[in-house]
Amino acid sequence: MSSQAMEQTAAHPANPNFQHQYEDLQQQYSSTTFGMWVFLVQEILFFGSLFCAYAVYRSMYPEAYSAASHHLNVALGTFNTVVLIGSSLTMALAVRCAQLGRNKGVFGYLLATFMLGNVFLAVKVVEYSDKFKHHLVPGPHFAMGGPYNEQAQIYFSMYFAMTGLHALHMIIGAGLLIFFMWKAYNNTYSTDFYGPIENMGLYWHFVDIVWIFLFPMLYLIH
Amino acid sequence: MSATLTHPVDQVPMPENQGESYLTKGKGVMSWLLTKDHKRIGLLYLMSITAMSLLGGFFAALIRLELITPGGDLLSAESYNKAFTMHGVIMVFFVLIPATPAVLGNFMLPIMIGARDLALPRINLLSWYIFIIGACFTLYSMISGGVDTGWTFYTPYSSTYANSAVITAALGAFISGFSSILTGLNFIVTVHKMRAPGLTWFRLPLFVWGNYATALVQILGTPVVAMTILLVAMERLFGFSFFNPNTGGDPILFQHMFWFYSHPAVYLMILPAMGVISELVTCFSRKRVFGYSFIALSSVAIAVFGFLVWGHHLFVSGQSVYGGMVFSVLTFIVAIPSAIKVFNWTATLYKGSISYEAPMLYAFGFFGLFLIGGLTGLFCANVAVDVHIHDTYFIVAHFHYIMVGGAIMGYLGGLHFWWPKITGRMYPETAGRISAILVFLGFNLTFFPQFLAGYLGMPRRYHAYPEEFQFWNIMSSAGATVLALGYTLPMIYFTWSLFAGKKAPANPWGAKGLEWTIPSPPPLENFETIPIVTEEAYAYAPEEDEGDEVKHHV
Repeated sequence: MSSQAMEQTAAHPANPNFQHQYEDLQQQYSSTTFGMWVFLVQEILFFGSLFCAYAVYRSMYPEAYSAASHHLNVALGTFNTVVLIGSSLTMALAVRCAQLGRNKGVFGYLLATFMLGNVFLAVKVVEYSDKFKHHLVPGPHFAMGGPYNEQAQIYFSMYFAMTGLHALHMIIGAGLLIFFMWKAYNNTYSTDFYGPIENMGLYWHFVDIVWIFLFPMLYLIH
Repeated sequence: MSATLTHPVDQVPMPENQGESYLTKGKGVMSWLLTKDHKRIGLLYLMSITAMSLLGGFFAALIRLELITPGGDLLSAESYNKAFTMHGVIMVFFVLIPATPAVLGNFMLPIMIGARDLALPRINLLSWYIFIIGACFTLYSMISGGVDTGWTFYTPYSSTYANSAVITAALGAFISGFSSILTGLNFIVTVHKMRAPGLTWFRLPLFVWGNYATALVQILGTPVVAMTILLVAMERLFGFSFFNPNTGGDPILFQHMFWFYSHPAVYLMILPAMGVISELVTCFSRKRVFGYSFIALSSVAIAVFGFLVWGHHLFVSGQSVYGGMVFSVLTFIVAIPSAIKVFNWTATLYKGSISYEAPMLYAFGFFGLFLIGGLTGLFCANVAVDVHIHDTYFIVAHFHYIMVGGAIMGYLGGLHFWWPKITGRMYPETAGRISAILVFLGFNLTFFPQFLAGYLGMPRRYHAYPEEFQFWNIMSSAGATVLALGYTLPMIYFTWSLFAGKKAPANPWGAKGLEWTIPSPPPLENFETIPIVTEEAYAYAPEEDEGDEVKHHV
């Protein structure tokens, strides 16, 4: 492979967030965004294996799934769905502010997203403790009663694994939100540089969409 | 050493060697532990993987020692189970899967595509730390009692009955999976976004194609096994029910989910090694690779078809007969892109000016071992034959030929090939050739007898066996000694070469490729100015042949 020296078309951009391995901010933006999408593909497979196991057992034990899903609180689930969709709205508004370089707006909307995320998690804590109280946690103390007591343990195992991993993603997301709030507080974002907030948004919306699937699958289908 | 005559470049001292290299820029332990340079991270991986392979090799030695005699004299059944489990877990998750991509890919891929670094250097460093954390978990499981489930963690034994440190070992495999995912993610982004101007997809070196196909498997497969292993850990830790038959759970589902990744994982090990072989064959035959696009796309085809064959691990596990037939046919199909590669490499050799340096000897070794491993794979893919050889040493021999013979031959060949570029020093050529030959002979002596013992009915994973198999087992253990010697030699002379090796010129092999246009060892940012690529890869052939692959010498 022969190669020739490339003409220096432009000096490296002066933006302090520019990373040396790229040619320009545009390449940095498209690389990091693409990286986030690839990461989300990986996440889909990660949750996908749970959805697969869920589907296999639902087809094996439809009655047990139906009996067990009646023990979930649809009202709280609905409330949480609304909260989460609301948090996606504030996240989208934060992205818009970042694209316009309005750091104060980014800060405010991220804070709102963070608060809504915490409301969701708080409700989840209420729901989980309710399951503990009613002996609906799989294991030796499981006591749902009825003809499907054994197989319902699979349903509740799936419930805790799926919502638990979803909640873990929310907690990680909340941590990231604090980091980006701090960045926005320091006026990091501008019309040249807003990729990280967009990627944060992609992640948050993804976690939201996972819930959009979890909610009907666990709470609504009987 | 007459072969060096064909490479006059060897004797020319390179003037560019004076600048600061990535090795000298930044001193002290912290400059290594906090580095974001892909080259240094590649070396961090090299050291950690070498350490893990020594540990895995130690357990292999225990296994081979135990099997010299038919009665279980050295290890109890329980400790034998732990020995082969630790051997498997360490070798699969901490050596074979990361070896070529995380060491050679990390180091060479950005240079080969004319980039200053991987697209996401911080993620790259993170992946190494995750790897180390995963390794720590696994090592902890080893010292806190060991694991006896086999590296496959089959349920319900692993989730309910096993009385050993399954959770930490499983979490170790789970965590190291994310290191693999992040490496794959980085490679995909880098190949898509960081190629030098003029470096189109079909000008990419085949090693890059191999790593790209590998990255696809890492991204699409690893999360599934990670989740599966996590479910086993949850079942054990919290008493949840996923695969527990007592509550109606299905252990076969575990096997499906486990092999959905773990079969493609074999391709994950072999694809980057195949990429290395493509580089070696063209360079040391001084000829443009035959059928470039077929080799490139067959890598992707192997990655894609690799996802459709996992059921051949379940032929006797209670999968439906029709499922078995479909998976059998699909498994045969994977042989096609693999054969395309071998035929194209052979055609590349045809009328080439072949020289026999150590990397090329490793490539020849790869051909032999991969051919035997691949063809015996067809035996295993056949449902009727597999019922006979399932869970025997035939299977053990088959997958070692591919995963160890193939993958490690490629890895070591690549390490020899790029060692001058990585360290700026030449390894001793004669010692290199001796080690390549020792590995090939030792490997065949170790594993070929296992085909025979297995076909005669010796089951795997037993510490004691009927006396009629002793002859084959002694051969195998003797071969393992030769193999160990062959694997140890490079560690010694590579280390020696760091201090006393001849200084390497920029292009000791007279090879094509961007990595040979920069000094050895490379400067921190690889290229002073990003190159513009105007040629196809492997333009070894004279001008008039260029641009038309079909018109080769007839």
